[in-house]
Amino acid sequence: MARHWRAGAAGMAILGLTLTACGGAKVGDDSAGGSGESGKCGTFNLAVNPWVGYEANAAVLAYVAENDLHCKVNQKDLKEEIAWQGFGTGEVDAVVENWGHDDLKKKYITGQKTAVEAGATGNEGLIGWYVPPWLAKAHPDILDYKNLNKYAANFKTSESGGKGQLLDGDPSYVTNDEALVKNLKLDFKVVYAGSETALIQAFRKAEKDKEWVIGYFYEPQWFMSEVPLKKVKLPAYKTGCDANAEKVACDYPVYKLDKIVSAKFAKSGSPAYDLVKNFTWTNDDQNTVAKYIAVDKMKPEDAAKKWVEANRSKVDAWIK
Amino acid sequence: MTVAIEKPEKTESVGERAAPAKPERKVNRSMVVAAIFVVWLVLFVVLRGKQTLALAAADLTDLHRWFNDVNDSIGANRNSNPLFLYFFNEIRLVIDNLVTFVQGLISQPTGDRPVPQIGWLGVVGIVGYVSWAVGNWRVALLAVAGFTFLGLQGLWQESMDTLALTASAVLVALLFAIPLGVWAGLSDRFNAIVTPFLDLMQTMPTFVYLAPLTLFFQIGPASATTCTLIYAAPPTIRITAHAIRSVPETTVEAADSLGATRRQSLLKVLLPMSKRTVVMGVNQTIMAALAMVTIAALIDAPGLGKTVVQALQSLDVGTAFNAGLAIVVLAIVLDRVTTAASVREEAARGSGSRFLAWRRPLLGAGAAVTAVLIYLSHTYVWAAEFPGEGSLGSNIASAAGDATTWAQDNLSGLTNGFRDVLTNGLLNPFQTLLTDSPWWLVGAALVALGVVLGGRTAGITTAVCVGLLVGTGLWSDSMTTLASTVVATVLVMLLGIGFGVWMARSQLVDRLLRPTLDAAQVMPPFVYLVPFLALFGATRFTAIVAAVVYAAPVAMKIVADGVRNVPATTVEAATAAGCNTWQIITKVQLPMARSALTLATNQGLIYVLSMVVVGGLVGAGALGYDVVAGFSQGQLYGKGLAAGLAIVLLGVMFDRITQAAARRAGA
Repeated sequence: MARHWRAGAAGMAILGLTLTACGGAKVGDDSAGGSGESGKCGTFNLAVNPWVGYEANAAVLAYVAENDLHCKVNQKDLKEEIAWQGFGTGEVDAVVENWGHDDLKKKYITGQKTAVEAGATGNEGLIGWYVPPWLAKAHPDILDYKNLNKYAANFKTSESGGKGQLLDGDPSYVTNDEALVKNLKLDFKVVYAGSETALIQAFRKAEKDKEWVIGYFYEPQWFMSEVPLKKVKLPAYKTGCDANAEKVACDYPVYKLDKIVSAKFAKSGSPAYDLVKNFTWTNDDQNTVAKYIAVDKMKPEDAAKKWVEANRSKVDAWIK
Repeated sequence: MTVAIEKPEKTESVGERAAPAKPERKVNRSMVVAAIFVVWLVLFVVLRGKQTLALAAADLTDLHRWFNDVNDSIGANRNSNPLFLYFFNEIRLVIDNLVTFVQGLISQPTGDRPVPQIGWLGVVGIVGYVSWAVGNWRVALLAVAGFTFLGLQGLWQESMDTLALTASAVLVALLFAIPLGVWAGLSDRFNAIVTPFLDLMQTMPTFVYLAPLTLFFQIGPASATTCTLIYAAPPTIRITAHAIRSVPETTVEAADSLGATRRQSLLKVLLPMSKRTVVMGVNQTIMAALAMVTIAALIDAPGLGKTVVQALQSLDVGTAFNAGLAIVVLAIVLDRVTTAASVREEAARGSGSRFLAWRRPLLGAGAAVTAVLIYLSHTYVWAAEFPGEGSLGSNIASAAGDATTWAQDNLSGLTNGFRDVLTNGLLNPFQTLLTDSPWWLVGAALVALGVVLGGRTAGITTAVCVGLLVGTGLWSDSMTTLASTVVATVLVMLLGIGFGVWMARSQLVDRLLRPTLDAAQVMPPFVYLVPFLALFGATRFTAIVAAVVYAAPVAMKIVADGVRNVPATTVEAATAAGCNTWQIITKVQLPMARSALTLATNQGLIYVLSMVVVGGLVGAGALGYDVVAGFSQGQLYGKGLAAGLAIVLLGVMFDRITQAAARRAGA
């Protein structure tokens, strides 16, 4: 038995040596570049909330932080609620597209004092009820809420219990839709699709197969570049008209999307903080990057690179 | 999810002897059941719409608010509370270090190395060698082929991240689960205490504790590992306990009479004799851990789950499928290797001694080869980074995308018709009956059914569950969920019986179907949600279909097993008596496999319940939506927790009734 063992081992050793001899490039041979990063900037923990528009913001910020400021960027995929939690524990430095979320602001900015605001992103968030383009074209008067009852029967589905269906999406969306339906006396029922994926799929199919769908949606959103949904007019928003959640009977306000950073990060003197603070761009800018990611299926970093190279002057203003 | 381990059907003679007495009793019982439904229907017509305990989507009860407050105060005090500073933070450190260490070995760059310590060649070598050493050369080949496939898919690093996380979670889980399982096997009292906790761990939707876990263990590997191990540990505990219990008493007595101490009889008799079954438990734990990959990605767990979740944001079914397929491949490899490991000794003993003599030197040689491969992959770039662009992966992705588009374009008319018939004909009436009856009427009917089907104990459990369900403040949502769940389970059982019998009767069908069933169980539901949404829209029905895809394979496997266990002599006797195939199936095989059918219903229902949350993502509303909303919005956290508890209660209620019914059927 010992003989077999020895023979085997010897054979393996020879095989090993042969393979080693014809080896090729060794690990670490080309490690000259790449190191020496993170001099002044250090580590930048960036939360990535789960929608493509946010991903676009994060990708561009991460690209600039890595390539211009030489930070080590950790992107963390987190839902809003959990990302805000991370401000206190130091695991998240910045949230770079915040939609309102007054409850979280109250809890973490004024309450626990672990977060601070870092200004607007320049994007304007629209929330509302949308219909597929074919429907807006076929029945232009549908774009006014006053005419919705006339068409309610067309929006009936197996889920809406005899009324028209108003499709709502992900539960983390800001929504007053149930109150709106009641207070505007619409013959509709809110049905919760439960996720953005479900909502987009519903609109995509509705446009393709000329189906009747009305639902909650928002801009800026990459899907608009695939199917440009049309917004339905609700009673105009006036300051305070949505103060009482039960009595809301007006449109959603225009959200100034903003950035939130951890209190610690704001005081750290990191150039990444200045970058986040100075970062602003337009809805079109975001839609461009979001389209690269979602429609053209580019990797976020490649999409960011493409946009940054085409918009160098904007980027320079952030890091001046 | 109770892994109910039923003894196989009693021998033929017992079955035949019991047979004459049964029909009469069965008729009586089904008449009572029918009577309960008639009374319920009559009262429903009279009392419709009263005392239904409905609660609007944004409304909260005091209980929900109280859960919110507890959650908030934990969050606010986590930096000063000694429990955190000296307990949770320490645990977190240990787990974080473990995961980071394993990641550094196989998946992530460490130190100033741009690649992990062991490259793909080394990992493939280790996997092949270990599979061969603990199993046989066939599974070793499968393992090597499987892991190479992961690389060709262009998902090497993601797969290794997933493997690292799964391995760490399973390791930590086993550290606790095996001793606990041994204890539960030895002590009836401990078993009784631990069982409800295991039920809770397996049926409580992960979404419920995902956010609190990040409070306790912060964002990062520790939270992801912990949520994985909470879900994955129970099978090992249960199966280990079962294994210890099923060691024949005479053997233990023999050891005792030879003067063995308790410790000796545990180490020398009980553990060695139950080793094989324990390995099966480990197998189940690994599978459960892999099922958590996509959920854990929601709190930033690295790996394949992240790819799936991100692809879904832009509805990229192809990419999601590619990553899902990698999870399936990992699962199949790990499953086959652990299964082979559990039967290796018997297999080796059977294969004759010539091989045994060679085994030692071969093992040594294999170790040497593996060491060389590890060295190479540590040193050379070509062995460290998987070569190529992973073009196989993009081919798979685009093929899956095309297939999905084709199905969406061509089938949706058909599927919509099917959906409407089923929704209007079955689901809506049933749901109306459950949600529009007064709560006490539904509760009374459920308790009565529990007593009739499962006996007095099951009735008491049902009563307690009904009471607690009312207490959660989500009675109406629970009933909506219950309606969908029951409809889904009916579909699962129809498929289960159909395919189960087919598989049992034909070896070929069984061989062809089994891998598909494995894949359906392991493929993350997130992957097939998009095509289903296209086919059925955002409706309760989509949720039902998703649940059926996940739950039917279990039912099929159990039914196939049960039917196959019907003694061949009985079937032959029936054939000789002139029964045709249909008669054999309906009069002989199915009645004799009754306890397997009950078990299949039990498992089918519990699996369906575990998909309630996924259903909430595609338009099922009710409890599933409440749970998802609780994960997404702080002020709804308490409601989500209550919804999670309601799902657990529904699960416990069903489990106890069907188990008791199964015992009766088997007795």
